[in-house]
Amino acid sequence: MVRSPKCECAPVSMLNVDNLSVWFGNGRDRVDAVRNASFNVNRGASFGLVGESGSGKSTILRAVMGLTPNWSGAISVDTKPVDKTRQKSFYKVVQMVFQDPYASLHPRHSVDQVLGETLYLHGFRDIDARVVKLLDDVGLGGKFRFRYPHQLSGGQRQRVAIARALAPKPSILLLDEPTSALDVSVQAEILNLLTDLRTEHGLTYIMVSHDLSVVGHMCEQLAVMKDGEIVEIMEVETLRKAQASHPYSQELLAASI
Amino acid sequence: MVDIQTWRAWLLTDTPTSRRHAKLSTLYQGWLSFRGNTMAMVGLWILTLLVLTAFAAPLLAPHDPFAQDLANRLQPLWSDGHAFGTDSLGRDILSRLIYGSRITLYIVALVALIAPISGLLVGTVAGYVGGWTDQVLMRITDIFLAFPRLVLALAFVAALGAGIENAVLAISLTAWPPYARIARAETLTIRSSDYISAIQLQGAGAMRIITKHIWPLCISSLIVRVTLDMAGIILAAAGLGFLGLGAQPPSPEWGAMISEGRRFILDHWWVATMPGMAIFTVSLAFNLLGDGLRDVLDPKDSEK
Repeated sequence: MVRSPKCECAPVSMLNVDNLSVWFGNGRDRVDAVRNASFNVNRGASFGLVGESGSGKSTILRAVMGLTPNWSGAISVDTKPVDKTRQKSFYKVVQMVFQDPYASLHPRHSVDQVLGETLYLHGFRDIDARVVKLLDDVGLGGKFRFRYPHQLSGGQRQRVAIARALAPKPSILLLDEPTSALDVSVQAEILNLLTDLRTEHGLTYIMVSHDLSVVGHMCEQLAVMKDGEIVEIMEVETLRKAQASHPYSQELLAASI
Repeated sequence: MVDIQTWRAWLLTDTPTSRRHAKLSTLYQGWLSFRGNTMAMVGLWILTLLVLTAFAAPLLAPHDPFAQDLANRLQPLWSDGHAFGTDSLGRDILSRLIYGSRITLYIVALVALIAPISGLLVGTVAGYVGGWTDQVLMRITDIFLAFPRLVLALAFVAALGAGIENAVLAISLTAWPPYARIARAETLTIRSSDYISAIQLQGAGAMRIITKHIWPLCISSLIVRVTLDMAGIILAAAGLGFLGLGAQPPSPEWGAMISEGRRFILDHWWVATMPGMAIFTVSLAFNLLGDGLRDVLDPKDSEK
């Protein structure tokens, strides 16, 4: 049912989220950001999360990465359940690219420091060679290696952020609106890069976006979110034929055409 | 000439070729923008001069700073062999000022090491760890902040005994809380940013994040604050000396010299004025330097 670029064998679940709820604050201040979200992403697939701002899309990604303290439900990666406190081995399998490339790179660290430290933390020792390789992979040459973030454009920064996420050789990449902070021509470049990297490294993508055309281009399956709940999960084919069943998805579709 | 041109080009390049090259290039660009600030350069020159004076004190001083000559006491300015006159025991004031620069530098260097570093440590740990640790550390900081500075230093020196080391400790003890406050405030804005989340996702521990990711961003504002506080620290040390709780006679500490000269201030004004001018000049130099450093180091400006 799901087209996967590498593996034509029976689909294996790579990321499973079951009944996930995320909330902030306690007692009367409690805000439920995500309520009872469940979805499954197979190995090599690309899954989209769409919805308006504040619908809890990014919160799901942050909860999977362990960046939100309060959550309930079950998350399993590669059919193994995830502990409440993430182990280092978890970060070797799952990585995330943040929305705003202007905020996700340390302003005082050069590209070399960012990638070098990431590689060091994941226990690699041939750091020099790997930094060069990573920069090549994301289409940045060696001349960017010792630049600081303020010497890079938005698209170049996002390429560095993608290189950092690829450094531990993960199998799952969570993409939190990776192109929304970039202008249109650069968006296309980054999306093409992500598509290429996926086929090259056999990655599984979970991509958050409020742009239906981006999700339609990148993903095979998508979930529509509203007010912290997943209202519908559908194939991209259904989206293309404009056959969404839930009224909110229809509304979203109508708005984006 | 050609050599200098290539060096400049090498340092100002947009595409550094190695880690060392990149570091030198950033340093050089910082120096260039600092050099453009005339007042800051004046401050830097005065302080360089102070350091040189302190190092070369035995060569520069015309007399022994401790040699008394009661026949020649309270000589006026520009008298024979005593450019700045002599004090109540006939000691040459210029020589005492030159030797006193060593004590001033010693105090400044020690306080500048102890206070900001302990403040930075307390502030960043409190800000990053949060929860109970934050509560406890910041309440301790509040308690120290609530004491009047000189009074706490006085109490401390009174308990431990007068002397220059205890004066340094006492000043450090009263100087660290503002640094902790600044560091904590900066840490709070930094810790929730994406680049800290990103390094957490690489499995980095709290210690690594605090020292390698949060400190570099706090240090520039702390350095600025330290240079601006230096004037206050010199004055506090002079104040303790003036009250007789800092450096002990016959040590030529500037504050203590003012204290001695106070008795003759109406008839022999220069005895107290000359060390006062020295304190004023050095404090002013630190203030100018701090102002210039703020322009160079402030991350919000250097982003542009």
